[in-house]
Amino acid sequence: MEFRKMALAAVASAVGLAGIAATAYADQPIPALVYRTGAYAPSGIPLANGYLDYFAMINERDGGVNGVPLAVEECDTGYATDRGVECYDRTKGTGGGATVYSPWSTGITYALIEKATNDKIPILSMGYGRTSAANGKVFPYVFNFPATYWSQATSVVQYIANEAGGLDKLKGMRFAYIYLDHPYGKEPIPTLDVLAEKFGFTYDKYPVPPASMTEQKSIWLQIRKTKPDYAIMWGWGAMNGTAVREASNIRFPMEKFIGNWWSGGNDAVVPAGKGSIGYKSATFHGVGTGFDAYKDVEAMYAAGKGSSADKAEHNNPLWARGFANAAYIVEAIRTAQAKFGNRQISGEEMRWGLENLDLSEERIAEMGMTGYIPPLKITCENHEGDNPAILVQQWKGDKWEIISDWVPAMTEVVAPLIEQDSAQYASENNITPRSCN
Amino acid sequence: MEFLQSIFVTPFVEIVDSPYFFFEVFFGGLMAGVMYSLVALGFVLIFKASGVFNFSQGVMVLFAALNFVGLLEHGVPIWLAFLITMAIMTALAFAVERLVLRHLVNQEPIILFMATIGLAFFLEGFGETLWGSEIKPLEVGIPNDVWFMGDAMIQQADVFAAVVAGAMVTVLALFFHYTRVGRALRAVADDHQAALSIGIPLNHIWIIVWAVAGVVALVAGILWGSKLGVQFSLSVIALKALPVLILGGFTSIPGAIIGGLIIGAGEKVAEVYWGSVFGGAIEEWFAYIVALVFLFFRPQGLFGDKIIERV
Repeated sequence: MEFRKMALAAVASAVGLAGIAATAYADQPIPALVYRTGAYAPSGIPLANGYLDYFAMINERDGGVNGVPLAVEECDTGYATDRGVECYDRTKGTGGGATVYSPWSTGITYALIEKATNDKIPILSMGYGRTSAANGKVFPYVFNFPATYWSQATSVVQYIANEAGGLDKLKGMRFAYIYLDHPYGKEPIPTLDVLAEKFGFTYDKYPVPPASMTEQKSIWLQIRKTKPDYAIMWGWGAMNGTAVREASNIRFPMEKFIGNWWSGGNDAVVPAGKGSIGYKSATFHGVGTGFDAYKDVEAMYAAGKGSSADKAEHNNPLWARGFANAAYIVEAIRTAQAKFGNRQISGEEMRWGLENLDLSEERIAEMGMTGYIPPLKITCENHEGDNPAILVQQWKGDKWEIISDWVPAMTEVVAPLIEQDSAQYASENNITPRSCN
Repeated sequence: MEFLQSIFVTPFVEIVDSPYFFFEVFFGGLMAGVMYSLVALGFVLIFKASGVFNFSQGVMVLFAALNFVGLLEHGVPIWLAFLITMAIMTALAFAVERLVLRHLVNQEPIILFMATIGLAFFLEGFGETLWGSEIKPLEVGIPNDVWFMGDAMIQQADVFAAVVAGAMVTVLALFFHYTRVGRALRAVADDHQAALSIGIPLNHIWIIVWAVAGVVALVAGILWGSKLGVQFSLSVIALKALPVLILGGFTSIPGAIIGGLIIGAGEKVAEVYWGSVFGGAIEEWFAYIVALVFLFFRPQGLFGDKIIERV
């Protein structure tokens, strides 16, 4: 009987949520390509909830952006590229035309680059590929601020150097690089190769096949044997939790184990229990609820308008990522409205807003998000922003804690790689880079 | 020349140089193999009794673990949660027999196989609707420390899993050999028609065997879930059981165990000592290569029933 009740409750809540999604539609249409179902849902749910919460907070507190309410419409991609493209096609025309997409998948982003460019709808692929889309001359409708994967790789190495006492101390060090055997996991390898040659360290590559993410014993046995100075991980989904668990099993020093920003959610540390204490990861936003704007989130939850079933989720870095993602979008809408008027703006106008986004420390303070997101300035040429940097967070057993200042990326290493890759893309796709003068 | 050396010389030199490490890799592989065997066991039970290759076995592992951990989260004691989940898996067996198998009697095996694919997707979605998609940590008191034998490190959790798997196989063997139901199951496995002709009710046998496979799935789910948390990726561990089945035979319980041990140890040793030659991540396909090689020589698997065609 209890079982039946639970089933009915689940179905009822699902129907209720669908109803909310359908009736929330209003002025500034923002389709949300979420992945609340499927194998990657543990990451997708907090991300989607954070994203929705920021927009809902703006609607609740301010009545929208300068009086224009934000209408968020969810479409579940299940993190599958084909479904993501289907969601895009289904939602791009609603309410007068989609404002912007955050595909939350490198695969979906790749699939949408050409379509969205033709449709004149910008993509904010925050924290995902394609890295070389940072070149706004070749990718006018794709943005990937506040930092790309390649910038992240250089910042992680810089952080290790900071811990060791300087870049010169990297010479002779040995790292283990554990990565998903997928274009996403391979993406930073050219950058790491350049860094290894430049600073004199070596690194062993340990690919994890996507179909065997939960079986890494042989990898960690090799790491136990080679005893690297640091382990760096580019993981995803169940791979993260398995790696942290196996690292703890072989008694690898967790403070020497650094994941990238997709290896830094609660899903990476919860399965390993106490063994994961000390594990670190990169992030490009703050974590936790200790920022001023969170008071407005609490007020919204008190009014019964929040997305998370449990507010404890707000300590999950992935909730913070969705929240920060939405904050950037709202600020870009404001920027566009300042030029085009306080009304619903089009995708093309939104691109202008994104390209002219200038978030100063003062503006971030006004948003109540000091320390939560970095200041940045986007230009026509540079869609990554002028200040790519990461923070390093550490798992304390019950919450993540930021343990570093912003660690800047080595732009002198990354910029030529972006130039080279985007030039190749332009030549393969017969694109003449636009002028930004 | 260098390539040949990295295949035929270097790995063996490394093994001789560091025997403790080799032991650790080999033993770790055996323990991983035990976990594969647990999943393979569920496949074998159902195939043996009904000739159905149950594609949903991996999802049954997930479904059982989801119910178990969900009940624990609602404050149900471990022993009671275990019993309730066993009851749920038995109810599932009833439902499968009544709603699926009964309507497909005498259909081609491929039709039954397709039905289990449908069942897999239904169970995955149903489990998600009931219990949500979040990762659920599972703490049932499995030891998490290590032992050292010389320089070789042994995970206590692995040994615990091996003991549980061993106990489960023993219980199943006793059940099959010394109970009336067990004998009926063996009769059905040997010859459906003959079993029916002496009055063994096939439908009841199917329910029992699906229920037993459900309990095996529950045990596998608890052991895997304790390692990784209960999450949807648990369902893909079924893929690790396939080479074990090919190797051990689809109808042999000892075959599932021995096959698991060979695949587990083989893939770990191959990955550690030969993986770098091929760029890493070879264990993914190595297990299937081993299984394929066996297929050439013993298509019925190591312990599978011998295929006899009478003209």
